[in-house]
Amino acid sequence: MKSRPSRFLLGGRTYSPAVSLLLALPFLLVILLAFLLPLGMLLRESAFAPGFTVEHYRKVFDEPVYLRVMYRTVRISIFVTLISLLLGYPLALLMARARGLQLSLLLIAVLLPLWTSVLVRTYAWLVLLQRDGLINDMLTGLGIIDAPMQLLRTEGAVVLAMSHVLLPFVVLPLYASLRAIPDDYERAAKMLGANGFAVFRHVTLPLSMPGITSGCLMVFLLALGFFVTPALIGGPQQMMLATLVQQQVTELLNWPFAGAIIGVLLFAVLVLVIAFNRVVRLDRFVGQV
Amino acid sequence: MDLQHRSPPGDHVGVHDLVKRYGDVAAVDSVSLGVKKGEFLALLGPSGSGKTTILMNIAGFDFPDSGRIEIDGQDVTWTPPYKRNLGMVFQRYTLFPHMSVLDNIAFPLRMRKIGRAEREERARAALKTVRLDGYGDRKPSQLSGGQQQRVAMARAVVYNPEVLLMDEPLSALDKNLREEMQIEIKHLQRELGVTVIFVTHDQTEALTMADRIAVLDHGKLQQLDTPRALYEAPASAFVAGFIGETNFWPATAANDAAPGDEVAVELEGGERATVMAADRLSRQQAVRVAIRPENLRLSADSGGCAATVNEAIYAGSVTTLLVRTKGPILRVRLTAATAASEPAAGTSLSLGWQPRHARAYAAA
Repeated sequence: MKSRPSRFLLGGRTYSPAVSLLLALPFLLVILLAFLLPLGMLLRESAFAPGFTVEHYRKVFDEPVYLRVMYRTVRISIFVTLISLLLGYPLALLMARARGLQLSLLLIAVLLPLWTSVLVRTYAWLVLLQRDGLINDMLTGLGIIDAPMQLLRTEGAVVLAMSHVLLPFVVLPLYASLRAIPDDYERAAKMLGANGFAVFRHVTLPLSMPGITSGCLMVFLLALGFFVTPALIGGPQQMMLATLVQQQVTELLNWPFAGAIIGVLLFAVLVLVIAFNRVVRLDRFVGQV
Repeated sequence: MDLQHRSPPGDHVGVHDLVKRYGDVAAVDSVSLGVKKGEFLALLGPSGSGKTTILMNIAGFDFPDSGRIEIDGQDVTWTPPYKRNLGMVFQRYTLFPHMSVLDNIAFPLRMRKIGRAEREERARAALKTVRLDGYGDRKPSQLSGGQQQRVAMARAVVYNPEVLLMDEPLSALDKNLREEMQIEIKHLQRELGVTVIFVTHDQTEALTMADRIAVLDHGKLQQLDTPRALYEAPASAFVAGFIGETNFWPATAANDAAPGDEVAVELEGGERATVMAADRLSRQQAVRVAIRPENLRLSADSGGCAATVNEAIYAGSVTTLLVRTKGPILRVRLTAATAASEPAAGTSLSLGWQPRHARAYAAA
């Protein structure tokens, strides 16, 4: 592609740099004032108190409690990502083949939860999982178990509820990337002697790699910083990083330490996104054909 | 099973009474045709003629409402594509973008559980037959359109399929490259001795490449014959108009005639002429007389039909005259050799032809 220096193509029209800046200004202001500025202040506090110090960062990595929270956060995020991918892939595949009403219904089924508040969906899981909740009632009622099980406040419950909440974020990119694969590739593969499974393994799966990577990255990043669901379902026993930050800020008023946790999280996310960009660049030629 | 419709011995691919309907429309309306071993058959027709549907049924991507597909005498109507051992080159480039050129060509061998070493050797040999040795490590996106289709061909023949199906494989290429590839495909087919069924809407392509051409229209087989027979003795007015250029002159038969007989007609405009009946005709029947532009003869003396030159279109090796008759305006083709005394616009002339070159079809 030829470079188009200092002009931006928007909806088929090009704007000069000055006009482009003007159009982007409201958005930039919001990002600057409501996001970058407070974040910067928080990060400054984590490293200057008032002189430069790495004390808070050291604390994040020195105290076993915090290391455990970090380890748990990463572990839960990985599980949630894998489960979302395993549940989401067949669904996305089905959606990519569906047409008309069937497709609309599937799309609504995926999007409807997304339009519902996370809080509402999390409380729904509370109703299901609590001691005298639906699942325990059913299992005891059927005589499968004698006493209600501890479902809430377990890591499994957190993974389950988070996978449910984050599922659309892997389904939608996957659907888009599966839909973009022309039928002709599949036909060609079948003609060349590939049965259904071989077509999937050698053609559909590799060609949907961009969707898999971007969907998984999206879910993983959202999971790393997820607050509502782990806080309500997991409780203090299953604390994740976001809950730790909230606790440090609202209960202990320890802003510098909260800033350090956020700094670590931010750094990890940035590394991941940059690594991801490298991978996606490799896939560029796939979209070109 | 109905023995009457079995493939005659020697037919490599047989299509028997194939019917495929989409709603009320018959995309393929009871088509039967046979392809001999090593033959290059073109399925030619305008869009919507059913040519692609027939190919998709042979390939196994579509299934007929009734009728049968046979390969080597075996009924494969309901056999999935990957078990038919056919090769296919598609209209769009279908090389797998995530695999190298060599891996693409080796793919069908891999699906047949052939070992890596043999796979690579055969893929390289196939790449050589399409004159692309040295390109094996590239990605398909690094090749031109023509090169991609050549790789697609190598991939389609590397496992020695019984039959090679081609669905307008050259339609995405520009004219010069297309003509080059036509010859190349033809050579490859002769070299490999493979049976080819080639779908195209381009009559020149069909005439250039095919041993026989099946002309289709509205789901019906109009004629299946050699290019020469199609051109010189089209079975219907549709074929006459579809293959090559033809003038149609509406007329009325002056007597009864069997196909192949000479028949006197009264041409639109009032003049009388002798032509050849292509259909069974009866007296007073409305007909259309088809005459190819190169078969019209001009002379200064009277005796033929009166005509005036409207316009002369010079195109290098040929010149086309538009002449006004008492009936329609006709096109007359003069080759460079015969055009030495090219008449100017406005010249009055007499138009004649040999009766066998003017074929009268019953008007629909």
